[in-house]
Amino acid sequence: VPLQRGSIWSLQVLLEQDFWLIIEEISDFNCMDWLLLPAATDSMISEVSKAARGRFIGDPSFVYERAEVNRKSEDRVIPAASVFQNKVKEETRLSVTVHQIDQEVSVVPRGSFIRNHQGLVLVNRSFTGLSESESRKLDSFLHFREAKNPKQRSVLQNPAVDFLEVLSDDIPKGSWSVQCEFASRVCVLRSLLWLGLTFYHLPGTPQHGYVYMGDGTKNLDLPFML
Amino acid sequence: MDASNETQDRRQQRMQSAASFKAFLLKNSTESNLNLYDHLTQLLMKVMTEHPHNAVDVIEDMSRDVKRGLFHDMQSTLRDLPQTTAAELLAEQQCSLFSRPEDAAQEEELVETPLPNVSEIGFNLEQAGVSLGREEMQRIFLALKQLVESQALPRCRLWGKILGTQSNYIVAEAECREGEEDEEQSADEAPEDEDREAETQESEMDPLPESTYKPPPVVPKEIIGTGVNKFVYYVCNEPGLPWVKLPSVSPAQIVVARQIRKFFTGRLDTPIVSYPPFPGNEANYLRAQIARISAGTQVSPQGFYQAGEEEGDEEDETPRDSYEVNPDFEGIPVTEMVESLSFWVHHVQHILQQGRCTWVNLTVKPGEESYEEGESDEKEEEPDEPEPEVGPPLLTPLSQDAEMFNSPPWSSKLSSALTSQHAVAVLRSNLWPGAYAYATGKKFENIYIGWGVKYAGEGYIPSVPPLPQKEYPSGADITETLDPTLEEEQMLQEALEEQQAAQEEMEEEEEEEEEEEDDD
Repeated sequence: VPLQRGSIWSLQVLLEQDFWLIIEEISDFNCMDWLLLPAATDSMISEVSKAARGRFIGDPSFVYERAEVNRKSEDRVIPAASVFQNKVKEETRLSVTVHQIDQEVSVVPRGSFIRNHQGLVLVNRSFTGLSESESRKLDSFLHFREAKNPKQRSVLQNPAVDFLEVLSDDIPKGSWSVQCEFASRVCVLRSLLWLGLTFYHLPGTPQHGYVYMGDGTKNLDLPFML
Repeated sequence: MDASNETQDRRQQRMQSAASFKAFLLKNSTESNLNLYDHLTQLLMKVMTEHPHNAVDVIEDMSRDVKRGLFHDMQSTLRDLPQTTAAELLAEQQCSLFSRPEDAAQEEELVETPLPNVSEIGFNLEQAGVSLGREEMQRIFLALKQLVESQALPRCRLWGKILGTQSNYIVAEAECREGEEDEEQSADEAPEDEDREAETQESEMDPLPESTYKPPPVVPKEIIGTGVNKFVYYVCNEPGLPWVKLPSVSPAQIVVARQIRKFFTGRLDTPIVSYPPFPGNEANYLRAQIARISAGTQVSPQGFYQAGEEEGDEEDETPRDSYEVNPDFEGIPVTEMVESLSFWVHHVQHILQQGRCTWVNLTVKPGEESYEEGESDEKEEEPDEPEPEVGPPLLTPLSQDAEMFNSPPWSSKLSSALTSQHAVAVLRSNLWPGAYAYATGKKFENIYIGWGVKYAGEGYIPSVPPLPQKEYPSGADITETLDPTLEEEQMLQEALEEQQAAQEEMEEEEEEEEEEEDDD
């Protein structure tokens, strides 16, 4: 489900420069040169997960290499044929990371998008924002992605609005930090799974959005840290 | 005239059905006391007056608005109490930030202020791309001013902001007043007496196993004003809320903080549940992380500070602890600062493995710290003298920082490549994500805005608990061995049976022989 607005992200990066991305999968590094990133596919995702480790380097043409050894052979001597290199370019990795972040932690408030009877998802033009008390609860925020396990929670559900998954169903519980700053004028959600993903919403107004500013690595230590 | 009769009939039928339909429309709904006729009338009137764009798309919303807008005269004689909104509460708290004390107004200009030039720092941080937002920075600095006045601190600066899951911490670093002593008594200094219950038991029963565990000696804390405890830290959740002083940190806390990885919740009294168990609650953990971050990432341009004067003939026994501002510092051009890390130096002492900045030899036991069990002293041998731990001396340049995880420990950039003569050199730490330092001309500043966790590479593996102790010490009376397995027992039994059978045979043979002899 593509976002209607272009939201600007930025990925902080290791050696040289930072990446700035706009959601139509374009990347650049100095805000001057823009490249088009390839859209992420499943095969790309599996490639990247095998090959790329550590942080981003900062150069889209950098190639990650990692030797993967075929473990099926029991002999100590590993024949040369079964050692194969996994090579992945950084721009592939970048696009896969963006895709993953989008899939896992993109957030919208409940009611800002509705689904009509044909199944199309549209922006709700009469969305007036969440109330203050609603914006403190994690239940009022939904993932903006295709629902994998939609659950019927209560009879009060409105199928036009509640077709997305709720954030409070995320495992592990507590992987979102909800804070209302500035005397509840702004409600900020931060993801602890992808450190740097920040979602903001002004209760009472339809303004909301999310930004990722971080180093593009998933926080796999999350269960230890809660 | 059948045709006209028919049309009249049909017309009448239509009229009747129209009338009945209209009656249907006028029927009041049982729930809301509205009827469809009036509702449609109002809706169409609204459309006529407003002429909305794409009326057919928004008609449902308009219908809902009409329903909502109907006036229900259900006024009760009670009036709602105006509830204080959160905005009002916060405004009240922050109101005190904005009030100026009357006396100090004129003296401020003469005396050197303990606070740095806050607007300038805010501006430079924005240039570096790190700031917290102008409004918040402004309030934070006003809160700092309030802190300085209430505590009479000689010097104070904004250390940074640590994010937490429920609320955040704003941290201020301050020099402590002279003559201030550590008020708290640390609770975990000496081990308590072991129970002497074993001696009161009856002598017939075997004595219960006694624990032979001796906890490793406690490393003493550093005195306030030196080493890790050189500065005092105050935190608050939001500017305007009261500042809380953090306790000083002990080496044990730093050692454990290095082994665990936790988020902060935002409440200082949260217990830290972890393995190895952290000695303290969130306030102590926060202080330990602040100490580690300061030691790792507080940097300054080379030459800004120079070594303090050393008294006496000290060789490199104790590391340098003091530094002072170099009055002859000229400033390093910003482009050079970005290119090479050797122009930046650490100005906070490195923390050793022990958890302190100055090493303490623990094997030398002064008389007061001997253990309560006098017996064990006799059994101990003199261990070898451990090697003293040495860290890099103060004011070492960053180019000496070790690379970790295949990545350089720092990244640098200019705030603007286009106007480099007015730009700010920014240094970003890769080990502690969120730590930044900037320098421009003669000014520099450090700040930390982040979650308070170090970059740990691939993954965090918690330490494994130690093996459980054997219950009884192996000795003459009791020896601990493994239980025999089933096969061994069976084999033993078979062997015994064989033996018995062999013995019976022998006895039978003997009897037979005896009988034979008797017979003879």
